[in-house]
Amino acid sequence: MKIKELAERLGFEVLAMPSPELEAEGGYAGDLLSWVMGRAEEGNVWVTIMTNINVLAVASLAGVSAVVVAEGAEIDGEIVEKAKEQGINLFRSREPVFETVLAVGREMGL
Amino acid sequence: MNEVINFHFAIDGNDFTSAGKASVQVKKLLRQLDFDSDTIRRVSVAMYEGEINMVIHADGGEADVNVHDNYIEVILADRGPGIPDIELAMQEGFSTAKDNIRSLGFGAGMGLPNMKRYSDDMNISTVIGQGTTVTMRFNVTGM
Ligand SMILES: Nc1ncnc2c1ncn2[C@@H]1O[C@H](COP(=O)(O)OP(=O)(O)OP(=O)(O)O)[C@@H](O)[C@H]1O
Ligand SMILES: [Mg+2]
Repeated sequence: MKIKELAERLGFEVLAMPSPELEAEGGYAGDLLSWVMGRAEEGNVWVTIMTNINVLAVASLAGVSAVVVAEGAEIDGEIVEKAKEQGINLFRSREPVFETVLAVGREMGL
Repeated sequence: MNEVINFHFAIDGNDFTSAGKASVQVKKLLRQLDFDSDTIRRVSVAMYEGEINMVIHADGGEADVNVHDNYIEVILADRGPGIPDIELAMQEGFSTAKDNIRSLGFGAGMGLPNMKRYSDDMNISTVIGQGTTVTMRFNVTGM
């Protein structure tokens, strides 16, 4: 599924979507960056409550299709701008991590 | 084509907001050189962990990426405090990161294990009080 369809169907708030055509496949949830680096796979949707700038480098290097910030957590405007520049899709969900992951999984038919 | 291509980066130890920049740059460069995505991912993720370690634990350093015909070598050298017990540092979960660093999502103690796992060969040479050099080699199979 294209990441833009996923975002739309789940009603995520789209903070940045510079790469709408990316294929979303599977996911990873977590906040410790080295775990994400070690475990997330290319194309995964990454659900986290981390919102600092280092999230962008991790997203870009791990090759995730989008970062979904759960719990409606606050994100700096500067980080949103950087995400756009760096081609990283950044969404926000009002739900907690667990519900967000469930919703993504359901939509993917997992 | 037996020429070695070298990319050199100075890693700023004070700038957390741009930490990881060199690795992101390397990912782009390797893409331009047409490496396969698995190789690119392994190199850039492992380099990121090493780059971050230099920023967090060693006040910055230097990174060199040497692109050979069939392998890529990443050398990360710093003048930080050194690693007293490499075997301990290599264990999953071991970290000396401070609370302020942990609050940013670092300090899981997974960086060095990730580097080991993603590289085909890794060597750490360290002198207490003088610094640490991590050398990683990545064999390139598909291209
Ligand atoms: N370049 C370095 N200079 C000095 N000490 C280092 C260096 N790299 C790693 N270490 C030591 O080794 C420990 C383990 O490193 P590792 O990268 O596995 O975990 P971490 O950096 O603490 O956390 P994480 O990488 O999961 O965010 C560090 O906590 C630190 O004590
Ligand atoms: Mg580390």
